[in-house]
Amino acid sequence: MASVRSAVSVKITPPVSVPTSREAQAPLVMRMTVAKVNFYYGPKQVLFDINLNIATNKVTSLIGPSGCGKSTLLRTLNRMHETVRSSRLEGEILIDNQNILAQDVTALRRRVGMVFQRPNPFPKSIFDNVAYGLRINGVKGSIHDAVEKSLRHAALWEEVKDQLHKSAYELSGGQQQRLCIARALAVEPEVLLLDEPCSALDPISTAKIEELLVQLKDLCTIVIVTHNMQQAARVSDFTAFLLMGQLIEFSPTPQLFTTPTDARTEAYITGRFG
Amino acid sequence: MSRRLRWRKFVSHFMLTMTGLCALVATAVLFFILGYLVYHGGTSISWNFFTKLPAPVGETGGGMANAIVGSAKLLLLACLLGVPIGFFGAIYLAEFSGGTIAFVVRYAADLLNGVPSIVIGIFAYSLVVLPFKHFSTLAGGFALGLMMIPITLRSTEEFLRAVPRALREGAMALGASQWKTIASVVVPAAYRGILTAILLAFARVAGETAPLLFTAFGNRFWSPGWDQPTASLPVMIFTYAIAPYSLPVMIFTYAIAPYDDWHRQAWAAGLVLLGLILIINIIARVILSRGVAVPRT
Repeated sequence: MASVRSAVSVKITPPVSVPTSREAQAPLVMRMTVAKVNFYYGPKQVLFDINLNIATNKVTSLIGPSGCGKSTLLRTLNRMHETVRSSRLEGEILIDNQNILAQDVTALRRRVGMVFQRPNPFPKSIFDNVAYGLRINGVKGSIHDAVEKSLRHAALWEEVKDQLHKSAYELSGGQQQRLCIARALAVEPEVLLLDEPCSALDPISTAKIEELLVQLKDLCTIVIVTHNMQQAARVSDFTAFLLMGQLIEFSPTPQLFTTPTDARTEAYITGRFG
Repeated sequence: MSRRLRWRKFVSHFMLTMTGLCALVATAVLFFILGYLVYHGGTSISWNFFTKLPAPVGETGGGMANAIVGSAKLLLLACLLGVPIGFFGAIYLAEFSGGTIAFVVRYAADLLNGVPSIVIGIFAYSLVVLPFKHFSTLAGGFALGLMMIPITLRSTEEFLRAVPRALREGAMALGASQWKTIASVVVPAAYRGILTAILLAFARVAGETAPLLFTAFGNRFWSPGWDQPTASLPVMIFTYAIAPYSLPVMIFTYAIAPYDDWHRQAWAAGLVLLGLILIINIIARVILSRGVAVPRT
């Protein structure tokens, strides 16, 4: 695995070859660092010695075939893996240079929000869904303004402003997923994790969410798991390719898709497997 | 048409008719009981039945007001005991417990559910009646409450488990603790089912007779407070229905043919009880079918 690790430290530097990108010249700040992570479900190891840096206010995507461990890796970033009793994590994951495993898990999840594969609004009104995170965290005062702000960030406000007190289940699937994004944004997380957020949506809803992600970069750091390589290419600044629990390649997105260094990456992105 | 084909058609028709008949018989039993009760009870039921005490032995008329109030008190006690224990036990079972403990608790609850109600009655008798040295509403409510625990527990657990994992994860990903997740997302998502479960458990024990025979016993008068024997509808039905065979000879000789009247009252009580249980069941179904269902994943 030594080759992979050294590859990561080289690849993480901003590509000089991306022309128009103003940010690319600015020094990258790392929000999260995954260091030497091994992960097990019971006796079965599903992640092998993963090293990964997640840059602030960028979109990082995790791609790879089904079962490669990309969702598992994502879930370790806010310790959602702990909901599975038999899981075990070795290694370090840092946020702003502090180990997340040493922090209070509820405080961590406020900083690292998550959007799931299928829209999972609560059986409550649209307003109460967005307000949920604020309320459980004891936010007093103008919840309404915060809800409106989050819904605007999720590009949903115009569609729902007159029906805030309707059940969230009356929205379409795509609207429900944007509601879940608004719900996650309401607690103002520093990092937003998205686990295949478009896999249950139609192409138009997908396009809306992709557009949204690019805008949300200014608010927070985004990590997205996706099955869809075009999606990774469209929305992300960095892409990590995983295969059978190993991080094969991690590069700036244009570089990974145009000049992959590993033969397995090339095989995957050209559609030879997966 | 070949013989084989004719035979196959015959078998098909025969099986269809037979299974249909069995389904018909199964539902007909309910309607037969209902009809029989309405026929016998309906003619005997009157305003007096709800407002008067039972008539003294030997006289006709009177009602079962004390039994109606007694049943209400017994069921209130049963709910106070059975609902919280069943509900919180179910939360532990569905949300916190690991495999082995859950298995043991679930198995124990199923066994308790299968314990004959008369055994529950004996248990309550030795635990509550003997130390206090007399029958009481408290003892009867205790016996009925014990019966409500496993029913509430198991069905509440089923409804909690049916709440999709995605909802729990959604709440936890927002920084909710496990308890907060349960209280603010899981239970609200399952509350219709839980309410239904409680109502069905209530309806189930509302008609229980055996556990009351030697706990609440019976009373021909009002039962003040909670520590006196009390009348209840099921026991009243039982007493009135078997009256000619069970009453002491003394009373028998004094009695001037009150039994037809008693039987009529027993029918009326049966009708009231069944009506109550039917209404609770219907309310439960309505609650369950209304409102937004949480989509299953």
